Amino acid sequence: MLSIKNLQAQIEDKQILKGLNLEVKPGEIHAIMGPNGAGKSTLASVLSGREEYEVTGGSVEFDGKDILELDPHERAGEGLFLAFQYPVEIPGVSTTNFMKAAVNEVRKYRGQEELTAVDFLKMMKEKMKTVDMPQDLINRSLNEGFSGGEKKRNEIFQMAMLEPKLCVLDETDSGLDIDALRIVANGVNQYKSKDNAFIVITHYQRLLDYIVPDFVHVLHDGKIVKSGTKELALELEEKGYDWIKEEVAQ
Amino acid sequence: MNGEASSPVNGIRQEAFKAFEGMEFPTIKHEEWKFTNVQKLVKNHYSFSQETKLSADEVSNAFIEGIEGDRIVFINGIFSEEHSSISASGLTVKSLAQAFKENKDVVEAHFGQESNLEESTFAKANTALSKDGIFIHVPKGKAIEKPISLYFLSDAKNEAIATTPRNLIVAEENSQVTVIEVFKTIGENQSLANNVTEISVANHAIVDYYKVQNEASQASIIDCTKVIQGKESHFTGTTISLKGDIIRNNLDITLDGEHLDSYMHGLYLLDGTTHVDNHTAVDHKYPNCHSNELYKGIVDDKSRGVFNGKIFVRQDAQKTNAFQNNRNIVLSDDAKVNTKPQLEIWADDVSCSHGCTIGQMDEEALFYLQARGISKTRSKAMLMNAFAGEVVEKIKVEGLRTYIETLIEERLHA
Repeated sequence: MLSIKNLQAQIEDKQILKGLNLEVKPGEIHAIMGPNGAGKSTLASVLSGREEYEVTGGSVEFDGKDILELDPHERAGEGLFLAFQYPVEIPGVSTTNFMKAAVNEVRKYRGQEELTAVDFLKMMKEKMKTVDMPQDLINRSLNEGFSGGEKKRNEIFQMAMLEPKLCVLDETDSGLDIDALRIVANGVNQYKSKDNAFIVITHYQRLLDYIVPDFVHVLHDGKIVKSGTKELALELEEKGYDWIKEEVAQ
Repeated sequence: MNGEASSPVNGIRQEAFKAFEGMEFPTIKHEEWKFTNVQKLVKNHYSFSQETKLSADEVSNAFIEGIEGDRIVFINGIFSEEHSSISASGLTVKSLAQAFKENKDVVEAHFGQESNLEESTFAKANTALSKDGIFIHVPKGKAIEKPISLYFLSDAKNEAIATTPRNLIVAEENSQVTVIEVFKTIGENQSLANNVTEISVANHAIVDYYKVQNEASQASIIDCTKVIQGKESHFTGTTISLKGDIIRNNLDITLDGEHLDSYMHGLYLLDGTTHVDNHTAVDHKYPNCHSNELYKGIVDDKSRGVFNGKIFVRQDAQKTNAFQNNRNIVLSDDAKVNTKPQLEIWADDVSCSHGCTIGQMDEEALFYLQARGISKTRSKAMLMNAFAGEVVEKIKVEGLRTYIETLIEERLHA
């Protein structure tokens, strides 16, 4: 589904990704861990198409398509979803109107018919349940005045609405208390299927107790330096990242 | 206008005319006109208040659909009975020229009475040259349910046209009225409207006044609107500016009583070379009043927005609540905004705040929308709409709100 080969990227002349390789197949959950500054968020930014990052080498194929050539909204149309580490507050844009625009744009891109108002509301009601999204949040301006947990729930709600094939969760656990973390993880687990895949970017192992990965990768200095199963995450939690750095240095 | 030679009204006009003969219109050296150069406007050759006929189609094309109520039409500054409909009962709506003859007492009590009106050269010129305008008189206790729409049409098909409408709106005690003012130029030549409107809002009265400025690109407006409010009254002035050559709005509100509310809302959404300058002043003279001002602007291409907001709080005006906010988004390198709050406070127990911002489009918000599958163009439009929406949603006349929303939508998708 996703094939990243020798990906190199920079921001303002600073090289961040230095030859990253990753293969993701349908039905898989990949966790990407690593110390601060390793390039975790850069990977999420490059995949979703942030303009300020320049790709200087390598390739990213998504279902056989070179997605680096596509605009951010086209990538979403193709079925790529990024759950933001810091979801943006947008005053004056209601969550409902935003969601309706997004769902219908994505459907158009995929050659599906736009939803009628009735069908859209029905779908909203259904998906709201999966992350315990209360109606009053939906009625408010997008993320405006939402708590950290509410913002992250809103991300997972949007994911469920847009029905992506590949979801990149960028430190979705940061700033979440255990209840919020459980709600978010529960939403992810409900959406997970044999046809879609997840890349879970996190600094801490705790999230992986709830969203259980098939593979764990350690990102260090712009490259994946170690891959393993969920046991690797536990080891990192216990020992920190220094031993990885030493291993790489040898 | 045809007042009696001996009347005080005529006296005021003669004085103004004398003053006009040696009149010098402000240059950009004048502090109040620093960012708005009117010299090219006043040096242009216009035909003044030329009588002309417009077809029913030409007139109705200028109408905003979906707004109920009476429509009053002026063509080149002269009242057009043919194109106007006056059916609202219980109030007086007529040309000011006519009112000078028939409603002398009310007119004389309110015409040219507001302090410092004659300080402005344009207002002086208006007093000297004006031939006609609208007179609306809402009697005590009367609430007019449907808005009254005023259409000031300039027929510039054959020559450049200048008009000097002079309007007087008197809402007596405990009355209510909504007025919508539209300026529209028909034809390719230049037009200049030098407009003066005096609005008297008596004790407990409610007046909503809307200005819709979606002019031809060669049409200019110099507007002077003076409002005087009595105790416990409500006034809301809403100024929507979308297109024109040079538009200067002077909105001065005198809060002449206690416990009253005064709102000033403005939206300017500019492109091309349109220049819009809003100068507002609110004068708190008595205690316990509330004024609230929100002006927002989006400037694109080579357009320019100017905002100057004055708040005066006199020594006696304790417990004043006065708020002012001007926010701007600049979309291009060549577009400009100048904003200046000016607060003069002599009372010591007041709550006043002001804020002004000039910024670019929020790139993070833009990316967030795009990442959800919405194209860049549409994402921009959504954000602009949300920004303007804060002002638009305050428009209480539904038909007008829909019209403005449609215009904004068209502008943002262009």
